[in-house]
Amino acid sequence: MRIRKIGAALSAGTLMFALAACGGDDPATTPGASGGGSTEEPTEEPSEEPSEEPPAEFEAGTTMAALAEAGAVTVGTKFDQPGFGLQGLDGSLEGFDVEVAKIIAAELGIAADSIEWFETTSAIREEAIEGGDVDFVVATYTINEERAQRITFAGPYYNAGQQIMVLTENTEITGPEAFTANPELSVCSVTGSTPSENIREFLASEDQLVLFETYSECADSLGNGQVDAVTTDNVILLGFAAASEGAYKLVGEQFTEEPYGIGITKGDVEFCEFINQTLQDNEDAYLAAWDATAGQIEGTQAPELPEPSDCV
Amino acid sequence: MDAVTENLDLYWSGFLTSLGICLVAMVGSLALGTVIAACRVSPVPPLRGLGTWWVNTFRNTPLTLVLFFSAFGLPEIGINRTFYFFGVSALVLYTSAFVCEAIRSGINSVSAGQAEAARSIGLTFGQSLTLVVLPQALRTVVPPLGSVIIAMFKNSAVVGAFGVGGDLFSTGATLTSARGFANLPVITGVALGYLAITLPAGLLLQVIERKVAIIR
Repeated sequence: MRIRKIGAALSAGTLMFALAACGGDDPATTPGASGGGSTEEPTEEPSEEPSEEPPAEFEAGTTMAALAEAGAVTVGTKFDQPGFGLQGLDGSLEGFDVEVAKIIAAELGIAADSIEWFETTSAIREEAIEGGDVDFVVATYTINEERAQRITFAGPYYNAGQQIMVLTENTEITGPEAFTANPELSVCSVTGSTPSENIREFLASEDQLVLFETYSECADSLGNGQVDAVTTDNVILLGFAAASEGAYKLVGEQFTEEPYGIGITKGDVEFCEFINQTLQDNEDAYLAAWDATAGQIEGTQAPELPEPSDCV
Repeated sequence: MDAVTENLDLYWSGFLTSLGICLVAMVGSLALGTVIAACRVSPVPPLRGLGTWWVNTFRNTPLTLVLFFSAFGLPEIGINRTFYFFGVSALVLYTSAFVCEAIRSGINSVSAGQAEAARSIGLTFGQSLTLVVLPQALRTVVPPLGSVIIAMFKNSAVVGAFGVGGDLFSTGATLTSARGFANLPVITGVALGYLAITLPAGLLLQVIERKVAIIR
């Protein structure tokens, strides 16, 4: 018993130290950390919240009223997408999607600490919304018609697009036109992917296109000089550029459009309009969120807040 | 089958790419495999050691790994070639081990008296191998060698995934993922493409087998 207690005390102490060392990055976003820390840590008690933020006025019966009433929200995001939604070693999430979700929650009168994060990988996003596991989803979620049949999209809040990644020391390639101009340059993408089809119109010859099964193989080939560039959605490239510690950079403009939306329950028009209005009202916070997350990676361009589409 | 008939041009170019890979790799692996087999039966111990090492290495490593080392390992040590070169040479290296063993079994089937007679009339090892032993050995091993080559034709589908692209199998992947055609008809088309290479190859082998048969 004694030994077990000492062990528990030690591990609690280590946990506290680890949290302190991480520089106060919303420890409450970590379910484990909030559970372990709440008994001993007097600071950051959620009890003072109601006095700080006046309850927002929402029409009864709407999703906003229900969420504001509960004072908590469950948000689906990706946990493995650098720059957008990435879980750190201490369990906290950071990224542009995460910040956008915090802006929406704040407008509902819900503090960032009270957001419960739910991992929605690409395959389960519609199921998570339909099944009620999450209140909304901000997860590099491209708006398209098939998906819009099952859920409603608010936004778009960001226009992703296909871009080109090269070695940092490369100055020759500044956009897809470089492949038309110089048939010696090769570009890598994934077999059967939409980006690999999109790039074809810029190629002087078919031989310039190198195809692999995964993008990490493309990134490896870029690193060892077998190909001159890699192309796909900028968000995926950003992940590789961020992980390469400055070896790769993104060049040129985005030459396709992949609008990212916020997924909510099918037909919840009020909530959709509320989210769109929130984004329009908080453009400064939106831009600050970009600068603090994905904007840190070299070669990214600050986005303009896209015009919201109609809520259906 | 609209997916196939609408994209016949893509299938055709994929078929030609695959056929090209198959033919280059066939010539390469038959030549290399014969040399390695000669090494394995040679009277020089270092050559025998090399042959044994070669067969043990390439016969016992999955093809995908040989391809991986070739396409990603060689550039890492500063050797940059086209992915076509890397892919086809990996396929040649891998298949040569099997070709070597098929030919060696043929050499073993030639009675020792043949080699002894060749040496006794003054032929060198090289002469007795190329003029007396191998011609008899190769006739015997047409069926197993054919199987090895047909297996190699099918293995060429893996080469496409290592940066070569544009072969039959990659064509299938492009049609299903990027252009949204249903899987089943597309893959059936790919299978037909491979059959168009392997079935004639099988028939050709039967003809060759009959032509070169010897009565012992």
